[in-house]
Amino acid sequence: MLRFALKRVLGAIPTLLVLIALAFFLIKAAPGGPFDTDRRLPPEIEANLQAAYNLDEPLYRQFGLYLGGLLKGDFGPSFQYRDYTVTELIAAGFPVSLRLGGLAMLLAFVVGVAVGTVAALKQNAFTDHAAMAAAMIGISVPNFVMAPLLVLVFAVTLKWLPAGGLGDWRNFVLPVVALALPQIAYIARLTRGSMIEVLRADFIRTARAQGLPQRAVIIRHALKPALLPVISYLGPATAAIITGSVVIEQIFGVPGLGRFFVQGALNRDYTLVMGVVVFYGVLIVVFNLIVDLVYGWLDPRVQYQ
Amino acid sequence: MNAATKTSTIRGRALSTDVWETLKKNRAAFVATLLLAVMSVMVVVAPILSPYAFDATDFDRISVGPSLSTLHLFGTDALGRDLFVRTMYGGRISLMVGLVATAVSLVIGIAWGATAGFIGGRSDHVMMRIVDVLYAMPFMFFVILLMVFFGRSIVLIFVAIGAINWLDMARIVRGQTLSLKEKEFVEAARAGGVSNVKIVLHHIVPNLLGVVAVYVTLTIPQVILVESFLSFLGLGVQEPMTSWGALVNEGAQEMETAPWMLIFPGAFLATTLFCLNFIGDGLRDALDPRDRSN
Amino acid sequence: MADAVLEVQSLNVRFTTPDGPVQAVRNLEFRVNPGETLGIVGESGSGKSQTALAIMGLLAANGRADGSARFKGDELIGLSDGDMNRVRGAQISMVFQDPMTSLNPYLTVGNQMRHVLQRHLGLSRGEALRHARTMLEMVRISEAERRLAMYPHELSGGMRQRVMIAMALSCRPGLLIADEPTTALDVTVQAQILKLMRELKSEFNTSILLITHDMGVVAGNADSVLVMRDGECREYGSVDKVFYKPADDYTRALLAAVPRLDEAMPERLATVSAPPTELGAEIAAVEKPRTNHAARQLLTVDGLGVRFRVAQPGLFARAQSLVAVDDVSFELAAGETLGVVGESGCGKSSLARAVLQLIPTASGRVCLLGRDLEQLARRELKNMRRDMQVIFQDPQASLDPRMTVAQIVGEPLNTFRPDLGQPERNERILSVLLRVGLAAEHLNRYPHEFSGGQAQRIGIARALMFDPQLIVCDEPVSALDVSIQAQIINLLMDLQVERGLSLIFIAHDLAVVRHISHRVMVMYLGRAVEVADRQSLYEHPRHPYTLALINAVPIPDPVVERSRQQQPLSGDLPSPLEPPSGCGFRTRCPHAIQRCADERPLLRPVGKSLVACHRAEEIE
Repeated sequence: MLRFALKRVLGAIPTLLVLIALAFFLIKAAPGGPFDTDRRLPPEIEANLQAAYNLDEPLYRQFGLYLGGLLKGDFGPSFQYRDYTVTELIAAGFPVSLRLGGLAMLLAFVVGVAVGTVAALKQNAFTDHAAMAAAMIGISVPNFVMAPLLVLVFAVTLKWLPAGGLGDWRNFVLPVVALALPQIAYIARLTRGSMIEVLRADFIRTARAQGLPQRAVIIRHALKPALLPVISYLGPATAAIITGSVVIEQIFGVPGLGRFFVQGALNRDYTLVMGVVVFYGVLIVVFNLIVDLVYGWLDPRVQYQ
Repeated sequence: MNAATKTSTIRGRALSTDVWETLKKNRAAFVATLLLAVMSVMVVVAPILSPYAFDATDFDRISVGPSLSTLHLFGTDALGRDLFVRTMYGGRISLMVGLVATAVSLVIGIAWGATAGFIGGRSDHVMMRIVDVLYAMPFMFFVILLMVFFGRSIVLIFVAIGAINWLDMARIVRGQTLSLKEKEFVEAARAGGVSNVKIVLHHIVPNLLGVVAVYVTLTIPQVILVESFLSFLGLGVQEPMTSWGALVNEGAQEMETAPWMLIFPGAFLATTLFCLNFIGDGLRDALDPRDRSN
Repeated sequence: MADAVLEVQSLNVRFTTPDGPVQAVRNLEFRVNPGETLGIVGESGSGKSQTALAIMGLLAANGRADGSARFKGDELIGLSDGDMNRVRGAQISMVFQDPMTSLNPYLTVGNQMRHVLQRHLGLSRGEALRHARTMLEMVRISEAERRLAMYPHELSGGMRQRVMIAMALSCRPGLLIADEPTTALDVTVQAQILKLMRELKSEFNTSILLITHDMGVVAGNADSVLVMRDGECREYGSVDKVFYKPADDYTRALLAAVPRLDEAMPERLATVSAPPTELGAEIAAVEKPRTNHAARQLLTVDGLGVRFRVAQPGLFARAQSLVAVDDVSFELAAGETLGVVGESGCGKSSLARAVLQLIPTASGRVCLLGRDLEQLARRELKNMRRDMQVIFQDPQASLDPRMTVAQIVGEPLNTFRPDLGQPERNERILSVLLRVGLAAEHLNRYPHEFSGGQAQRIGIARALMFDPQLIVCDEPVSALDVSIQAQIINLLMDLQVERGLSLIFIAHDLAVVRHISHRVMVMYLGRAVEVADRQSLYEHPRHPYTLALINAVPIPDPVVERSRQQQPLSGDLPSPLEPPSGCGFRTRCPHAIQRCADERPLLRPVGKSLVACHRAEEIE
C-alpha cells in the first residue's frame, strides 16, 4: 500500500508542474499582458510586479522564482485590488466556496447513490423510469439555467428562501441545490448502471446460492464494487463542482473565490485569474490523487497489478 | 446457379443497419432525433421568415412579452430586439460550435488514440501519460484564461473546446484499438498477409465506428454546454451576436420583469442537450460492445 | 421411495424473451438418492444448468419454473425467497463453473466463508473463522490460516475452486450441485478437484448433482446419468447402463462422437447429424488434387524462443521478461499432423504465433519450404503467407463482425489477387465455402448469424482460399460442443488427405490430439518435454509429465475409470515469470532428484521418443 501511495504521489508531480507552467507561460504570451513593458501601469503595481516576478531575470529564472513563491503560498500581487495580494484574496474567498462546494458534493454523493441504488433494484419499474427521467433532465439542464429558475420559483414567486447572499443556512439552500443537481443526476445514473452490472455478476449468484438474504447480498457483496466507479468519478465531479461554483456564485451573489475569478477575468486582473487557476488546479490534482488512493485501498486488485 | 445475387438482399450487421434498427426500437431516441432535426431546421430557416433582424431595435416594443399579433413570438429584450430571432441566431452559434468543436476533438482524438493503441508499447505509454496529465488540468479555467488574455473570438472557442474534448475520445479509441488489435480476426488478417494500413482501414476503423458514434453524440452536448457557460459569463461571443448562454445570462438579469427572456432560450438549450443525451444513451445501449451479451 | 434426497417431477422452466417464450426445460423427472452422484450431461443449450438454477430458485428474472422438486420431502418450487434462503447454502449448496468470477473479488476468502457460517449456523465471527479454516484444511489447502486473509485473485484457479467447494460444504448440506465444476480448469487440476469431490462426498455424506458436458467426467464420478438435449431427458439410468447399453440414438451418437484417449478410433468420428458435405464433394472433385511428395520436409523449427515483456508492480521495477517459448525445435513433413499439447500457459499458442511470424521471436529459426522466414523481406514474407494459414480457437472472434462471409472469405483474394474480376472472385469464394459444407445462401450473411461450428467452417474456408501447405490450428475445437467438434475434426482430416495439408494442431484435449495427430509434442512451461509418434507417446509415455497428463484425462468408460489408480499430480503450475531452476517440472514431479534442480534436461532419444528428463530410462 505504501509503495502504491508513494508511486501515485510521485506521479502527480509532473501533472502539477505542467499545470503551473501552462498558466505561467500562457500569461507570459498574452498580448498586453501584465509584463508588457509598453503598458502604463500605476507605479506601485509596477514596483510590486518587479519585485514579485523579477522581470529583469531570464524567463526560466522567473518561472523558478514563481514556483518558489507558490511553495511558500505566495501568489503575487493583485493587479486590480492595489492593497491586496492574490493570496489574501484567495484566503478571503475560498472558505465560502469550500462550504458551498463541500455541501454540494456531499449532497450529490448521498442523494445520487441512494437514487441510483433504488432505481437499480427496481429496474424497469415505475420508480426506475421516473428517477432516470428526472436524472436525464438533471444532466441536460445546465446549472446556469437551473439556478435562475430556482430563484424565480422559490425566491421570487413563492418567497420561501432568499435568493442568495450570505446569512444563515437558508441562504445556502438554493446555491447548494443548484450546484449539486447535475452531479446528483450524473451520480445516480452511474450508480444505477454499475449496480445493475454488479448484480448480474457470477459472485452475486454465488452469494444468493449460499442463502444470504437480498439485503445482505446487496450490502456485503454488491455495494462496494458498485460504488467503485462512483468513487473514481469523484475526481471529475470535484472539477465540475468547482467550475459550476463560478457561475453559481455569480448568480447568487456569493462572495466566494469563483466570483473573484469572474470579476478578475472581466477586469483583466491577470495575476488574480492566474492565481485562482493555479490554486484550483492544484486542488483538483490533489483531490484526484486522494480519490486514486482511496480507490486503491478499496479495490484489492489495483495494487496487485 | 447464381446464388450470390439471389441472396444479396439478406440484411446483416452493417453499422448503418445497427443504428437504424436501434433508433426504430428506442422510441425516446427516435422522438429526440426528430425533435433535434426540427430545431436544426428552425434555427437555420426561421430567422429568414421573421420580419425582424437579430440586432434591430423595435423602439415601440421594448421588453414586451410574447405575442402573435406583433410577430414577436418570444417577446423582445430590454433593447427591443426580437427574442425569437435572437434565440434562433443563438441556436446557430450553439449548434455550430457543437459540430465544429466535436469534429476537432474527433480528428485529434481518433488520430492520437488509434496511433497509441495500434503502435502499443512504449509510444503508447508515453502518449497516454500525456493524456493523463492533460486530463488532470482544470481546462474550463484555462479556456477562460485564453479568453481573458487573447480576447474573445469564435475560432478560439472552437479550438479551445475541441482541444479539451479530444482527451476522452483518445482514451476511448485507444482502448478499443488495443482490444481490437488482440482480436483473433485481426490476427487472422495478419496471418493472411494483409498490410497494417489495410488492417486499420478494413478491420479496426469499421469496428471503432459504433463506439465513436455513441461518443460523438455525447460530446456535442458537452461542447454546447461549455460554449453556453462561457457566453453566460460574458466571455463567449460578443454583442450584438449572441448565443443561448448569453441569452440566458441576459434573461437571468431580467427574470423578475421579463421571465420570457430566461425561459425561451433556456428551454431551447435544455431541449437540445436533452435530445442529444437521449440519442447518445440509445445508441450506447445498442452499440456498446459491453452490452452485446444481453 | 420417500427417502430420496431430491426428487424432481415434471419440472418445466420457461423464459419470456423479446422473441417470445422459450422453454428451457421440459417435463424433467429424476431423483437423487442418499450418497448418490447423479450426472446430468448435455451440450450447450440442453437446459442442464437451468435445471440446477430452477431447483435452487436462482433463475433469471424472466424465468419461471413449475412442476415439483422435493428436497427430503419438502417442496422447493414456489417457495418464497425467505424460505428458500434457509435451504440454500445450508441444505443444498452449489459450486459454479468459473471460480475466478464466482468468488467476490472484493472480499477476502475468510470473510466470504464467514458470512455463510454466521448466517446458517449462527456462529460468532471468531467461531465462523475457525470453522472456515478447518474447512480449508479439509479441501487440502495448505497454510489455511494465511489463505483466509487473501483475496481470490491471489489464489490459483484450482485453489479458488477448492475454496468454492469448502464454502459450499461448510454447513454440511444434504445435496451439492456442481455445475461444470472443472470445465474452466486444466486437466491435471481437474483430476485433483474430481478426486477431492469423491473423497469429500463420503466424508460429508453428501449427495451430488454433477452437471457437465464431459462424458469422461461422468463415467468416473457418477452413479446414475441423465442425458439431456433441448430441455428434455433423452436417457436416464445407471452409469453402466447408459454407457454400455444406451437405448437412445442421441446418447449413442454422443458417445461415438467423443474421441477416446485409451483406444485408437475409427478414421472418421461419428457425428450426431451428418454435416452437409455432399454438395461440397462434387466441387472438390473438380479441384485438381495436389501431388503428394511423400515425407518431403515442409517446416523446420530450430531453437525457437519467444519472450514477452511484462510490466511489474512497484515503484522502479523494470519490465520483466517472460519466456513463453524456450528453445523449441521440431520438423514437420508434408501431409503430416503434429499435435501440440499442454496446459494453459505452457506456451503452445505463442509457439503457433511465432511459427506464423505473427509475434517476434527472440531466438531460433523457422524455415518453411527451405526458406528462413525471418530473413525474408516483408514482401516475400507476405507471399509466403499464402502457404501458411491459421485457424483460431474462438470461431466468432476470428471473424470480423462487420464483414459478410463473402468479404471474410474473399479477403485473401484482395491481398493476393486484386486483379480478379467480380465473377471469378465469387466463383472462388463459393467453391471453398461449398467445400467446407456451407452454401451459397450464406455468402451475404454476417458472422453473428452463424453457430460456432458454422463459424469455424467459415474460418477454415478462409484458410483454404489459396490451398496452403501448412495450417496452424490453435485449439480449433475446444470452444465447440462434442458433436460439432467431431464434424470439424472430420473436415480437417478429410482436407488433409485430399490436399496433402500439413497441420500443427494445438489443443489441451489429449484425446482429440491422439485422434488427429501423427506425431505429438508435449509442452510444459514453454519447453518441449516429449516428442514422439502418436502410438509411442500414448502407449509408452516417457516423461513423467506426459504420464501425469494421460492419467488425468477422464475416459468415457465407467469400468475403465473405476479400475484406474488415481494419483493426480499435486500442486499448480509455477509462475512462468519465475520458472524453477533445472527441469521446469521438478516442483510437481514425483521422481525429482537433486540433479533435476541443478541441470536442465535436454530433449534426447529414449526408445522411439525424444524426452527431456534425466530419469526417463528409470521410469516406466
